[in-house]
Amino acid sequence: MRSGQRRRTTTAAQASATGTTTRERVGGGIGSDAERPDGVPKVQGRFGFSSDAFAEGMLWGRTLRSPHAAARIRSIDTSGAEQLDGVEVVITAADVPGRATFGLEHPDQPVFASDVVRYQGEPVAAVAAVHPEIARRAVEAIAVDYEPLDPLIDAEAAVDADPIHPDGNVVRHIEIVHGTPDEITGSVVVEGTYEIGMQDQAFMGPESGLAIPDGDGGVDLYISTQWLHVDRDQVAACLALEPEQVRLTLSGVGGAFGAREDVSLQVHVCLLALRTGQPVKMVYSREESFFGHVHRHPARMHYRHHADHDGTLVKVEASLWFDGGAYASSSTAVISNACSFAPGPYRVAHAHVRGWAMRTNNPPCGAMRGFGSVQVCMAHEAQMDKLAAALDIDPVELRLSNALRTGDQLITGQRITGVAPVAECIRAAADAPPLDDDRDEPLRFPGGTGRTADRHHVRRGTGVAVGFKNLMYSEGFDDFSTAAVRLEVGADGAPVATVHCAAAEVGQGFVTLAQQIVRTELWAQVVHLHQADTAIGSAGSTSASRQTWMSGGAVQGACDRVRERLLQRVADRRGIDLTGARREVLALRDGEIRHVDDGWSVPLGEALEDGPVEANYEHHHVRTDPFDERGQGDAHVSFVFAAHRAVVDVDPELGLVRVQQLTTGQDVGRALNPRAVIGQIEGGIAQGVGLAVMEEIVLDEGCIANPSFTDYLIPTALDMPVVDATLIEQPEPGAPYGAKGVGEPPTISSTPAVVAAIRDATGLDLRRVPVRPDDIALRRS
Amino acid sequence: MTRHDTLREESVAYGLHINGRDHAVQAGWLGESLLYVLRERLGLPGAKNACEQGECGSCSVLLDGVLVCSCCVLAADAVGSDVRTVEGMGDDGELTDVQQAFLEAGAVQCGFCIPGLIVAVHDLLDRRPDADELSVREAISGNLCRCTGYGRILAAVAAVQRERAGA
Repeated sequence: MRSGQRRRTTTAAQASATGTTTRERVGGGIGSDAERPDGVPKVQGRFGFSSDAFAEGMLWGRTLRSPHAAARIRSIDTSGAEQLDGVEVVITAADVPGRATFGLEHPDQPVFASDVVRYQGEPVAAVAAVHPEIARRAVEAIAVDYEPLDPLIDAEAAVDADPIHPDGNVVRHIEIVHGTPDEITGSVVVEGTYEIGMQDQAFMGPESGLAIPDGDGGVDLYISTQWLHVDRDQVAACLALEPEQVRLTLSGVGGAFGAREDVSLQVHVCLLALRTGQPVKMVYSREESFFGHVHRHPARMHYRHHADHDGTLVKVEASLWFDGGAYASSSTAVISNACSFAPGPYRVAHAHVRGWAMRTNNPPCGAMRGFGSVQVCMAHEAQMDKLAAALDIDPVELRLSNALRTGDQLITGQRITGVAPVAECIRAAADAPPLDDDRDEPLRFPGGTGRTADRHHVRRGTGVAVGFKNLMYSEGFDDFSTAAVRLEVGADGAPVATVHCAAAEVGQGFVTLAQQIVRTELWAQVVHLHQADTAIGSAGSTSASRQTWMSGGAVQGACDRVRERLLQRVADRRGIDLTGARREVLALRDGEIRHVDDGWSVPLGEALEDGPVEANYEHHHVRTDPFDERGQGDAHVSFVFAAHRAVVDVDPELGLVRVQQLTTGQDVGRALNPRAVIGQIEGGIAQGVGLAVMEEIVLDEGCIANPSFTDYLIPTALDMPVVDATLIEQPEPGAPYGAKGVGEPPTISSTPAVVAAIRDATGLDLRRVPVRPDDIALRRS
Repeated sequence: MTRHDTLREESVAYGLHINGRDHAVQAGWLGESLLYVLRERLGLPGAKNACEQGECGSCSVLLDGVLVCSCCVLAADAVGSDVRTVEGMGDDGELTDVQQAFLEAGAVQCGFCIPGLIVAVHDLLDRRPDADELSVREAISGNLCRCTGYGRILAAVAAVQRERAGA
């Protein structure tokens, strides 16, 4: 082995476990374009992603997966694999020492299938070997005798089909009845059925992790995930260990977008490590990644909108069929969101919405950016355009006249108490300057550098769409985050703050924000971020656009306590009474503790001479309620809105689309790092554009036909339109610093805006996304 | 019998020249890609493994000055070539102008695609310092990014071009 290898025996995972520190010249508090603390290692290729983890003598794990969408397992013979030199262990369901199943919300998914397989790609066995190629050969040498079954692949048909799982085929049914929908009919009625294909999160960094046995029955896992503690609890249950025996450390996460909420290889790699007594690394290939994580739910949605002649929306009826695939994952929450937000961000007095999250033999579906709102937005925005056409009202005006405002009631009966700048978002998107481009530039034609489109055939279209969703978890879930902050004098005499929080940094920039908060609250310019791990309490999931609010609030709360303790220390030393009305006589400002009345001050470093000041804080959001039997209740914490206008060029003969421009107005509450917000908006729009015109997991009898980046296309730099974003800043009451989460809204209404623009350019109905070339060229509406 | 016997007959020792240094690979399985050998044998994990079929550009390196996906190059085929990886960009840990511009423009989110982009953008700007925006988009269209939507990356490239033109 070369010295280059030996140099990394401390493991890349452990190297990244030392945390990151603000570079000296980087600063910036709340509201500034502060730089990422992990930026330098990331641009230099030194940042330790989970797939970079390395330990001396580590083995390579690999999973054997079902080639069938549905089959009975008659027998599994692992002897061929066990006989290969270099194979250390082969494990199947019989080797799982604890709970045989796992699951994000319901433990309904086997760690390994034993009697039946319910989707293509379901794990059946795993191996650990000294080389990944030996592991690959070992997996191929396992003989599984399957009896293939007819897969159940239609979510609507699944209601009456034989159950494919002991828990039945209906994962959740929700009915929302608002107002008196049975008694109301509008003067104008439009209806339609809409479909959305299965989208993949397609993060760049594949599922990967390194498990190291501690020699005492427990295990340390270096892992990329969105929620360390919920992974830990599932691993511990399946391995029959106490939670303390399973210690997780976040290793660099190469994007997530919802796909890392569910356990993938966590249980497998830990079990392999415990069985062999050696470190085991697993890294999925891109193909395996397509089988190894949940996707966005495909959906079929039947809608009927009723309006008065003046354009007032009076009733929305919807039946929503979401295909959750073989296992529950977060389907129950996805269908809840879909139902809650089914009409879009509009006032509507009467609604009847029925939603089903169904179990089928398709790949499991769960969380993806936008979480239930993406699907319904595509449908309700198509309906609004239909309604506008039927009423002969401008689509933007129709939306503005029905737009939700603070104080309005949702179809779940909840009144919006926070800010709801829906009209402002719509105006910002719709009134943005038009695209100023060279329409004769062949590189900009639909089809891009293929240059196959004829300039004279190209038609331009414009469309507008609006969407919304909830922030944080809903329906009574006690959602919280934990942070610890320590303030002390550093080696050079300057104050240094250390933040410990288990919030998963997946690229969104929480690490930047945590430093900004500490700089603003405690005036310490050097902020060290302890690596996220399970040594501290849960931070909850990096999902539902919740970390800025939840973990941001936890860091702020911990800073508040540190400041109070520091001020008390100074007060005690100087004999100052800080009780009652005198509480604010001392203040921490500009790096000093000042007496507000007397004018004297103590530098922060001097105040810290007696040792560090530390505090923990657990931040909970306001309580929410579950829905009642009519789907009514104050189930959500807060709402976030955005509108998009898309300009597209279409070659109708070739069916080629080029999205030229996306303008957006987004409700952000307050932009705590405006440049990072723009990054989230541009990135979210890219995923929305992808869903509109190119991204779909193509299924053939439940099997994935395109599990690769050659066949599953995501937008490249050439596919991305020019983005023009307007941030609508109206601070949200109750939110730390007034900020709303910003990650999801760009992905919700950008898709329907693009589809509306294609309809505008072609005159086609287009009821399904992604819009495929043959949908346009063959005029398949 | 050692545990490596399964691959012994398909293994060989060879040397690679990477970032100006010689590296020896002992008993490397012949099927190993340059990407695998860089990452798992030589302690150079800067090139990333995202698709392993030459579609995403995360593993971009320069092979004798030509931009390639190291996942599609057999390591043993790179013997005698000059390999340059993201670890070889910049002197002694100093940031290059491209790396600095990526940080300042906010082009980095999860960062998994970034090492490949750093190599690709250096290659582009060395060959075509005055590439217009469409040409830049085309040149980096082989580098997939799922986080940023490319907006801040394009801004970073433009900033380097302005800086270099003014210098």
